[in-house]
Amino acid sequence: MTEITHYSQVWTHRTPRKRLLLWGGWLALVALFVWCWQLMNENTIWFFVADAPRQAADIGGRMVPPRWEYFPELMQPLWDTINIATLGTIGGVIMAVPVAFMAARNTTPSATILRPIALFIIVASRSINSLIWALLLVAIIGPGLLAGIVAIALRSIGFVGKLLYEAIEETDAKQIEAIQATGASGAQVLNYGIVPQIMPAFWGISVFRWDINIRESTILGLVGAGGIGLKLQASLNTLAWSQVSVILLLILATVVLSEWVSARVRHAII
Amino acid sequence: MLKLEGLSKTYKTGDPALSDVTLSVPKGQILGLIGPSGAGKSTLIRCINRLVEPTSGKVMLGDVNLVGLSKADLRRQRRRIGMIFQEYALVERLTVMENVLSGRLGYVPFWRSFMRKYPAADIQRAYQLLDRVGLLDKADNRADALSGGQRQRVGIARALAQDPELLLVDEPTASLDPKTSRQIMRLLTEICAERGLPAIVNIHDVPLAQQFMQRIVGLRAGRVVFDGTPDQLTESTLTTIYGEEDWHEMRRGDQEQQEAEAEARDRMAALAK
Repeated sequence: MTEITHYSQVWTHRTPRKRLLLWGGWLALVALFVWCWQLMNENTIWFFVADAPRQAADIGGRMVPPRWEYFPELMQPLWDTINIATLGTIGGVIMAVPVAFMAARNTTPSATILRPIALFIIVASRSINSLIWALLLVAIIGPGLLAGIVAIALRSIGFVGKLLYEAIEETDAKQIEAIQATGASGAQVLNYGIVPQIMPAFWGISVFRWDINIRESTILGLVGAGGIGLKLQASLNTLAWSQVSVILLLILATVVLSEWVSARVRHAII
Repeated sequence: MLKLEGLSKTYKTGDPALSDVTLSVPKGQILGLIGPSGAGKSTLIRCINRLVEPTSGKVMLGDVNLVGLSKADLRRQRRRIGMIFQEYALVERLTVMENVLSGRLGYVPFWRSFMRKYPAADIQRAYQLLDRVGLLDKADNRADALSGGQRQRVGIARALAQDPELLLVDEPTASLDPKTSRQIMRLLTEICAERGLPAIVNIHDVPLAQQFMQRIVGLRAGRVVFDGTPDQLTESTLTTIYGEEDWHEMRRGDQEQQEAEAEARDRMAALAK
């Protein structure tokens, strides 16, 4: 026992210094908000904002009824879009797998050279949006489906690579140790100890990325990389609002369907 | 025959886990390794097949020194040493048969293991082993569908599939209930006796070790402090290994547990009538 006879009734969750910092942080946030609000007011042409409801109603009015005769013409671009997403995902996954194994701490062949390179590939791929990849690729390999496929693939490497390497790092080391103890070679340890453990994650990540890619590939046409986005752009340019509404509905239906497929597949695996 | 000569291991943190361990295990002997947590039991058996790299000393298996072998040579030598783990360490998402056949990985080329096209003799032997451990009908079940005792039997079959000359057994019963623990220990000792297989068994349950082991080695802070038969393991030697504790009380507790188990069994038998 200690010698304390009177125990304090006061206990605080944070030290005074932390409380001051917290208060200061909130103050700074409020100040930033006020400043941004002021900046926004200066740069807004209020005439247009006041006009917005009328404009929205006008465009909305032109969008209905949708021009359903346009529908058959969209089938080919839609098929292209789905192909861009699917082939792009497959390509991205194929490239992501070796990158993930190089990036994972427990499987990387060299932690000093290859691992930083792999991590850089992942960050580079993730930091550039599909649309920007597509812009670059349209300039390099010309407009069309191929640019779209490559753009989707390059964007997917980072996403799939990152999630997959995290899954590899989370594998149970004991199962791997047990396979090593049998005298298995490196490739056999990979095949028996690691791959079975990451299979559910692998399929889950791939299907999830495919689902995201369906959404991303619908807009790639805006920069000339093929698919339904080309039609959207053409319709927008000619102010054919009743066609735009058909395209938007079609995209909505496709995305809902792909989300349903992806959810079902992931549910079946996990 | 296994001989350890002056085996030491110091981890990067500077903690000496093993200091100058010299031991020899003759053919057919089952040796129980006891000691408190952190005494270096796990490190000792992992230094033998070099899942942990020893700092110094020799590990002689027959006339091969395992310390200092190249990667490829080490792989060939690891085939001679079967290992059984505390929490089974089966590949959970593979089938029982794949797990048993993985004991052959050191013997088959990559493409065969990748395509799961093992030689007929290996497959026959795997079935034979599954029959021996009583799991022939579970061959195509996934490992994660089995109970603890069943998984440990698969672990034993996998180790035996290697056709080992030595078994390393790391806390085989730590995650099992008392009854299953005894069944697993009985199976292990029977199998070792059948094949004249030497084994080193890490075990923290002293009564269980005394019941099943032929020889007991006590480890404390990385040093061998006891080496003898189970009968020589007196209260004073247990105190040297584990430190002060009322050993008499603990043994009585174990006896009580056994009596309670026996009583429960009788009750169940009476109910079944």
